[in-house]
Amino acid sequence: MNTARKTTDRITITIDGKKIETERGRNLVEVANENGIFVPSLCYWKHIEPPLGTCRVCTCKIDGVAGPACTETVDDGMVVEATTDELVDARHAIVEMMFSEGNHFCPGCEKSGNCDLQHMAYEMGLRQTRFPHVFKDRLIDFNPQRMIMEHNRCIKCLRCVKEVFTDDGKAVFSFRYRGNETRVGVDYDQEARLSDQQAIDAMNLCPTGAIIVRGALHAKPFGDRRFDLVSMQKVAPVEEPKITLPKAKKTVATVSLAGCFGCHMSLLDIDLKLLDLVKIIELNKSPLNDIKQFTRHCDIGLIEGGCCNAENVETLREFRRQCDVLVAFGECAIWGGVPSMRNTIPLGECLEEAYLNCSTSMPDESFVPYHEDLPKILDKVYACSEIVDIDYFIPGCPPDANHIWKSVLSLVAGEQLPVLYSEFKYD
Amino acid sequence: MNRKKARKSGVTKPVISLKRTGLLDYLWKVQNEHGYIRPDDVAACGEALGISTIEVEGVISFYHFLTRQPRGRITIYLNNSPVAECKGFERVREAFEMATGAPFNGVDPTGQFGLFETACIGLSDMEPAALIDFYPFTNLNSLKVRDIAAQLKQGASPAEICDSVPDHIRSVPDGDKAILLREYSPGDALAQLRNRAPESVLEELTKSGLRGMGGAFFPAGLKWKACREEPGTSKYVFCNADEGEPGTFKDRVLMNSLPGLLLEGMAIAGYAVGAARGVIYLRAEYRWIKDKLEHTIEHFRKMNLLGQGIGGIEGFDFDLRVQLGAGAYVCGEETALLNSTEGKRGEPRNKRFFPTQRGYLQKPTVVNNVETFCAAARVLQLGADHYLSTGTAGSPGTKLLSVSGDCRLPGVYEIEWGTTVREILQQCEADRPHFIQLSGPSGACISMQEVDRTIALDDLPCGGSFMIFSRSRNILDILRNYNRFFKHESCGLCTPCRAGNFILEKKLEMFASKLARQSDVEDIRSWGNIMKLTCRCGLGKSAPNALLMAQEKFPEYFESIVRQNPERLSKGFSLKDAVREYDRFSS
Ligand SMILES: Cc1cc2nc3c(=O)[nH]c(=O)nc-3n(C[C@H](O)[C@H](O)[C@H](O)COP(=O)(O)O)c2cc1C
Ligand code: SF4
Ligand code: SF4
Ligand code: FES
Repeated sequence: MNTARKTTDRITITIDGKKIETERGRNLVEVANENGIFVPSLCYWKHIEPPLGTCRVCTCKIDGVAGPACTETVDDGMVVEATTDELVDARHAIVEMMFSEGNHFCPGCEKSGNCDLQHMAYEMGLRQTRFPHVFKDRLIDFNPQRMIMEHNRCIKCLRCVKEVFTDDGKAVFSFRYRGNETRVGVDYDQEARLSDQQAIDAMNLCPTGAIIVRGALHAKPFGDRRFDLVSMQKVAPVEEPKITLPKAKKTVATVSLAGCFGCHMSLLDIDLKLLDLVKIIELNKSPLNDIKQFTRHCDIGLIEGGCCNAENVETLREFRRQCDVLVAFGECAIWGGVPSMRNTIPLGECLEEAYLNCSTSMPDESFVPYHEDLPKILDKVYACSEIVDIDYFIPGCPPDANHIWKSVLSLVAGEQLPVLYSEFKYD
Repeated sequence: MNRKKARKSGVTKPVISLKRTGLLDYLWKVQNEHGYIRPDDVAACGEALGISTIEVEGVISFYHFLTRQPRGRITIYLNNSPVAECKGFERVREAFEMATGAPFNGVDPTGQFGLFETACIGLSDMEPAALIDFYPFTNLNSLKVRDIAAQLKQGASPAEICDSVPDHIRSVPDGDKAILLREYSPGDALAQLRNRAPESVLEELTKSGLRGMGGAFFPAGLKWKACREEPGTSKYVFCNADEGEPGTFKDRVLMNSLPGLLLEGMAIAGYAVGAARGVIYLRAEYRWIKDKLEHTIEHFRKMNLLGQGIGGIEGFDFDLRVQLGAGAYVCGEETALLNSTEGKRGEPRNKRFFPTQRGYLQKPTVVNNVETFCAAARVLQLGADHYLSTGTAGSPGTKLLSVSGDCRLPGVYEIEWGTTVREILQQCEADRPHFIQLSGPSGACISMQEVDRTIALDDLPCGGSFMIFSRSRNILDILRNYNRFFKHESCGLCTPCRAGNFILEKKLEMFASKLARQSDVEDIRSWGNIMKLTCRCGLGKSAPNALLMAQEKFPEYFESIVRQNPERLSKGFSLKDAVREYDRFSS
């Protein structure tokens, strides 16, 4: 190797005011991350040249101009802003958009724990999306011989389109349509011509769970998956914080709306800390003590589940009135979660399918239940924050027990306890 | 797995022979023959090009006018632009459904008529307007629609009964100041090239300060010079005749009234940058102008104004062709335009290289707007000094405006840069103007407080669209129309544009159902700014412009449409609306 040339290729760039020595022509995302400056990326894939630049999650200001870092190669004197409030917020927003635009039900996804999208959201500590979920109806394509194309999860990164070809150079994937209708089409004939390994490579190339090869992806327990335990950012807390219990008690109410009680179960999973919990809170209305009505104004309300009927709405509003701080805990409360799977289908169709057209329904005898004593069903499942103001969000389906515990403790103590990367989960 | 590493496939003789750059033309050809693109056609294209059928499907489905399903023996595309909405779009839409028996987005049971909506078709001075088999039908109303349908049912062809499209040139600057819309005799501009080196042409152009008229206002001289300085002998000159910005029709008028001037401008560019080939990328909505352009090209070849040794100048070879688009606003973005001409999906490229470095087929390419080429020809013909004597010091020259909306005299106005908005409103006899949109939905809106501002680069730059909305128009309706447009026209490649416009639509629905709060106005502002910061191309970056500006310019309007003093208990949610669907089952 020509060493003389190598030395001349050493250059200095500045990222967030930090001088970094590196080699000319290297990729900016990589240089930043190696040097402890977190620049997220999703569509970027080392081996694809030129880089795709589609997801925009890596947006930085490069020599004063906003643009993706992943399409940039470093050059001497380059000045990069990576971590301004504006940029960090915009990058968070883009990942949030991916969640609101797709239909991401993490607990039911084969890729959960190994998914780049989910991972980036963990790294960013996203608790909820600021955007309304659009719940677009998308079909799942089961036609390919070995693959399943799960359009709900595709973030249109373009990786598969640019990288997956048969041995004779035919594309297996292509974008189809455009705008918000854009989706990845699979060429069934070409897909059949891939080797098994090539199909699996395609699945692994996909940053989300959109490309699934039947029978090739097996669930692994928590802790064994790629992104379960350690953050790629060195700044995230890795150690359990020291906890001293506050003296004063706070009153807490809890409820499960359109949820499965899983979040409440998870709350009980804090095991021995339950003994600490009763020292710092006093439970008012809650299924845990079976108090049915509020007996006083409360400090904290914990809401599990979103709103799928009029009664949920009423209860939620009652909680908003009665509690100073309202916490949505669990994905259903935060954005609808599993019950909101019905949101892509009009309510009328759901009810007709369930009560009138199903295999057990009898002609002339079947009807959709409707009675003044029954709560009215809403046109879709609403996130709690679509109906009332919510102050705090604890993600997870269900949230990790420790995450709930620390959040409650933080609220009682009035000081934010750090949540470990490994406790922050969507599944 | 990479295509580059792949081996050549085994040779079987394809049914048709085709180059990738000919793909769009071929797809048009089969669609014109059969009414739609059949599975066999897709397979044949794939085979001929050695690509998989899904790649061909990807190209077809990108374009609004290409279809894999029959769209009726007669296909009607009704324009749904904001100006059309003001001029009675809804009634005309209903009239078409009644008269043809077809529902919108579908075909009538006999398969005769297909009805579809489409974005601005460049006839804003004659709205409501529609394209029937791509022939223009203008100033529609219910009666006229009924009459058209009746004639078509009796076997008349759209070509026979379509409307002729007047140029509606309403005003030009006084005296000798008109630059574009003045007398034209073929060859005058090209004659200036005799005994003149390309460098001197570039100098003249640079001296004139001429800027691109497509909306980005990049100095034309600089662009041409950059292209000239690129190494290599294979270079291209592209005319951007995609004119997709709603409310713009000045390029249509230029191509219809002065097609020769455009050809001369392109040939001059070819001479100046050293390119021998040119392409006019004509939007499919202007297919009815294509024949005229091609006849003019033919005529120019005969006059030796195109072809080999143009005007007797040895070595000055330049020829061009017309590439028909297929319905995609984003193809007006120059790199998307190049991709589209290459037979690909019209997705904008990453901004790593300028087209002058790597353009069409990766060769150095100049892309300019129709008006820019026409003005360049005039600069050569009249001299840079003449050009500089018009307009203002900051923006010399003139500009074509396409004025439409609530005014008595919609049409094309050639104005000197520096003209005030007020003067234009007076000239076109605007009707109670209230909300004025400059440069189309991606441009800027202004209120009546700003009518004394000037159309100039350093004040209010304008790409050509000048839409006037009167006091009786609902601003939210206009903004929602813009938003639908961007949502539909986004190429879908980058997240903030693909998802952002969709999400904004949901937000605007809240305003429409009167559930929005002040915080929703702030959300729109913040989300719009995120799109501006992060989108990949100008479409997404400018999509929220009007929304953001309208908030700024019409604060009292926004105050009037948000709920005052909303409770914490009720955000953008109405229980009554939410149970309406369930209540259907009450009996
Ligand atoms: C979404 C989008 C649409 C555009 N549409 C057009 C168009 O229809 N016509 C045009 O001349 N330029 C259009 N442009 C601008 C072109 O990208 C390019 O700047 C222009 O063709 C350059 O020519 P000029 O310098 O002569 O204006 C568009 C840009 C964007 C981002
Ligand atoms: S299927 Fe996967 S790899 Fe392909 S575009 Fe979608 S997210 Fe990317
Ligand atoms: S902003 Fe992005 S999605 Fe929108 S048209 Fe441009 S490249 Fe496509
Ligand atoms: S990682 Fe840079 S745009 Fe996707």
